[in-house]
Amino acid sequence: MFQSVKQFVSKHFSALNDETTALNERQAIANGLKGFLMGLFRFVIILGVCYVIMGPVLGIIANSFFSNKDAYNPMVYLIPQNPTLERYQMAIKIMDYVPTMLKSLLYSFSLMLMQILTCSMVGYGFARFKFPLKSLLFGCVVVMIVIPTHTIMLPLYMTFRNFDPLGIVSAITGAPINLMGTPFPMILMTILGCGLRSGLYIYIFNQFFRGLPKEIEEAALVDGAGTWYTYFFIMLRNAMPSVITVAVFSLVWQYNDTFYAKLFHLPQSQSIGTRISSLVANIANQYQIMDKTIQTLYLDAGIVLMMIPVVLIYVILQKQFIEGVERSGIVG
Amino acid sequence: MKKKHSLTLSQKRTVNGYLFILPWLVGFAAFYIRSLFMTIQFSLSDLTVGVSGYSLSWVGLKNYLYAFTAHGSFKQILTSSVINMVVDVPLIIFFSLFMALMLNRKFRGRTLVRAIFFLPVILNAEAIVDAIETAAMMVATGVSSSSQEMAQSASGGIGIGYYIDLFGNLMISRDMLEYIVGAVNRITSIVSASGVQIVIFIAALQSIPSSMYEVAKIEGATGYETFWKVTFPMVMPHIITNIVYTVVDSFISSDVVTLAYNTAFSEFNYGLSSVFSLVSTVVTCAILVLVCGFISKKTFYYN
Repeated sequence: MFQSVKQFVSKHFSALNDETTALNERQAIANGLKGFLMGLFRFVIILGVCYVIMGPVLGIIANSFFSNKDAYNPMVYLIPQNPTLERYQMAIKIMDYVPTMLKSLLYSFSLMLMQILTCSMVGYGFARFKFPLKSLLFGCVVVMIVIPTHTIMLPLYMTFRNFDPLGIVSAITGAPINLMGTPFPMILMTILGCGLRSGLYIYIFNQFFRGLPKEIEEAALVDGAGTWYTYFFIMLRNAMPSVITVAVFSLVWQYNDTFYAKLFHLPQSQSIGTRISSLVANIANQYQIMDKTIQTLYLDAGIVLMMIPVVLIYVILQKQFIEGVERSGIVG
Repeated sequence: MKKKHSLTLSQKRTVNGYLFILPWLVGFAAFYIRSLFMTIQFSLSDLTVGVSGYSLSWVGLKNYLYAFTAHGSFKQILTSSVINMVVDVPLIIFFSLFMALMLNRKFRGRTLVRAIFFLPVILNAEAIVDAIETAAMMVATGVSSSSQEMAQSASGGIGIGYYIDLFGNLMISRDMLEYIVGAVNRITSIVSASGVQIVIFIAALQSIPSSMYEVAKIEGATGYETFWKVTFPMVMPHIITNIVYTVVDSFISSDVVTLAYNTAFSEFNYGLSSVFSLVSTVVTCAILVLVCGFISKKTFYYN
């Protein structure tokens, strides 16, 4: 009797087991198919969007090698039939490329250092110290991000055109000085934490410093480090991810900027962006090339030349940069 | 021994805090607050630039009246800028949330894809953006041809117009369809405007504790339910950040700014330019406050 029950149970269970295995197998196949289809869907969408982003860039690069014949041949698409370097030679000559690029990079690089210094200091101040009116003042940082720069462009222009802070300059030289056409307006604004998108950088640093553990500073204090020593040699080193983020952002955006360069009449030899804007006009005037299609080819070559340093910096720092943006969080 | 007047530790820290933010404080007062007042002052006066400095003569609301009643294009440009913004912002937000969800999974070549997605942020120079838009027209004619072109090519027989009508018969309103077709037409500008937003959303997605997903899985929630009950509420706060970023970014590159710039530096009408700047800023801020106020009421804050 007992034996038969046992037999029955084991038989029944094995049948049940087989059924479940079969079910599991079917489910596994269905899941695998679902996963594959989802993967395919994702692949197609990501590929499509990458094409939308890269397509025009590739188009510009390809166009810059087109000869006149290729530009008018509707059969030529992306791959030039008679590739030519003439566009580049001309663009380099007209834009005075190498010196302009070096000066432009130097300018952006020095402003980048100032941005990092000032914005990290201010961000640290907001993140770690308690003082009266703190939340109101931090609200002002947010206001700075939100207010478009063009709202204050005229007063800035007037201020630097007749530069006379508190009447000191006119007391010494007799008249306010004109700072237009020099890099000083931008340097002054950047040092005082009001440069190109400084508000955003302050915000990034503030978020990052708030996320660092307080114990680091307490240990430093116990070991006898002063506030400024702690900041420069301990906190700033720990903030490397956000330093890299801000460095790339500010270097690239400063390099690309034409708004402030135009507003402060930065000389063309220092700003490659304004050189590009006048490239087409220069080609039309100096070389009598009036054909719009051909002019565009020269412009494309100029743009490729302008992109090269930026893309190089980006490719080198890409990994740290993206991780930095994600970790140091523009996010709260 | 003479008692020295010394500060307590917390007082010292207060002083140090002010010292740390001092450079910004000076700059903010000198460049932002002062400039805002000056812009308001300029907008209410006639400004003439002399050899040393400028002189103002009070004219009251004349500039405002001129901008709104007599100026040829200000009202149209302002309206079209605002409309463009209102149309683009939801598209950019949804697109970047969608792409962030896609990119958040692990797959081969993820680093490369992320690098490509961030490329437009790096190439945001005015000249490059213009050239990319032209090139997008030329290279990807299929993607970016205008709806007019599509309608023309479809004039004979079955074409895109036919399908649009087909959807029209399916109770989807014509306006909605136009909006979607328009969005597809502007895909390049939408994609290139959403680099930073995608990164913000990815960071937000990664900060969601995985225990929440485990609970949802144990309770038997489907992927769809998990998205709406867990993922979406958790990224809600970052939607506001992204909206602020998108609105400000799109306004900086809008036509109103160009108009204000040209009025000041080509026509030398500084008073009118200040009016343009002020009005557009006020409009932007009003939109921001409205939208953020509305959304933050619906937002769920985890902390």
